[in-house]
Amino acid sequence: MSINWFKYSSPQTFFPLAGKLALWFGALALVACGVGLYIGFFVAPTDAQQGEAYRIIFIHVPAAWMSMFLYLVMAFWAGLGLAFNTRLSGMMASAIAPTGALFTFVALWTGSLWGKPTWGTWWVWDARLTSELILLFLYFGFMALQAAIDDARRADKAGAVLALVGVVNIPIIYFSVKWWNTLHQGASVSLAKAPTMAATMFAGMIVMAFGFWFYSIAAALMRARCIMLERERSSDWAVHYAKRSA
Amino acid sequence: MLAALRCVIHRDLLLAARRSSDVLTVLLFFVIVVSLFPLGIGPDPALLRTIAPGVVWVAALLASMLALNRMFASDHADGTLEQMLLGATPLGMTVAAKVFAHWLISGLPLVLISPVLALQFDFPQELLGVLALSLALGSPVLSLIGAIGAALTLGLRVGGALLSLLVLTLYVPVLIIGAGAIEAAASGLGGQAQLLLLGGLLVFAGAFAPWAAAVALRISVE
Repeated sequence: MSINWFKYSSPQTFFPLAGKLALWFGALALVACGVGLYIGFFVAPTDAQQGEAYRIIFIHVPAAWMSMFLYLVMAFWAGLGLAFNTRLSGMMASAIAPTGALFTFVALWTGSLWGKPTWGTWWVWDARLTSELILLFLYFGFMALQAAIDDARRADKAGAVLALVGVVNIPIIYFSVKWWNTLHQGASVSLAKAPTMAATMFAGMIVMAFGFWFYSIAAALMRARCIMLERERSSDWAVHYAKRSA
Repeated sequence: MLAALRCVIHRDLLLAARRSSDVLTVLLFFVIVVSLFPLGIGPDPALLRTIAPGVVWVAALLASMLALNRMFASDHADGTLEQMLLGATPLGMTVAAKVFAHWLISGLPLVLISPVLALQFDFPQELLGVLALSLALGSPVLSLIGAIGAALTLGLRVGGALLSLLVLTLYVPVLIIGAGAIEAAASGLGGQAQLLLLGGLLVFAGAFAPWAAAVALRISVE
């Protein structure tokens, strides 16, 4: 039996599937985040050096992972859309971007909240912080470009070019920032130097990472559903759906 | 093909020569921005000497961004761009020629005037060469990256502001390495490593940016 890989590449068939998947992943995200936060706040031991302030890493580190991962996923869909001219890929890319920007912002914000009690400052021009900030700008640029273009297909393609140029640039940005910083001073504190983590801390972080991942999938699919409805509003299935749910 | 490229460069230079005020505006912008910093920060020579590389580089970044709007806009308005898209010369090559002409008009003057401006900052004379060299290697990269942004935002209502958002982010590595070259030279480490990196970026951007900008142009004009 051969699988028809392209069955779900049309908005009409993907729309109901996305709805179901979003529901399931949303539920999974709730469970995982609940478990992760419980481990983080009640099970994991207090850190000997940083006290209770370290607990922010249960949000911070998974958010930072997701911010970078989502940019790659976004660029992957964008590139796929550019190469194969598929409609859904571009919609997925623009559906992922706000979630990616959200996690980048959360990572920066929680990092700064953690930095104040631990490093004694809200912000240092550390290589990681700086490249995360530039990643946020890349997300903003992508969203601003897509928002400025009225024609949806052109918006998808232009965004795709920008996302791919950004992907090529990310390692260059990271290394340039790293070398620039080491020229001035070594990083004041780095995660690599911290004592090895207790197993429960690590478990909490991984569970939270899965929770954020599932949330990203659910949020992106929900957003993709809205984009699909908006763009396909003149087609029969969308009209039918709108009438039925009205 | 080379004749076509020469023709594109010659045409752009001729157009710029006929409207030389455009070229001068960018140059004046660069001069004024650089001169504003001592007024805002204070005339302490030691401080000025420290911030000179960064100020000159940031001003060069802004000036070259200001000039980007013109790269494709007038060709788009009068239909020349469509002829270029249809023409037999590969679009990437045409774009490369246009970027080169654009750099000659808007980048090279900045490189040439930068040592004079650096003197305002009590900048050591033996480092003026490094400053000019870093700009000479870096400003073409700015034009190349900017071409992608200019092509993507071609014909959009909010083009100018959007262009700055897209392009300034991508300029970050050039800024860091370019200003770093001067600082390294000033601290006695020698700026060779950064200058080589800038050269590498130039080769990399020269190979890929015209091609990406060509793709973006086709998307914008289709």
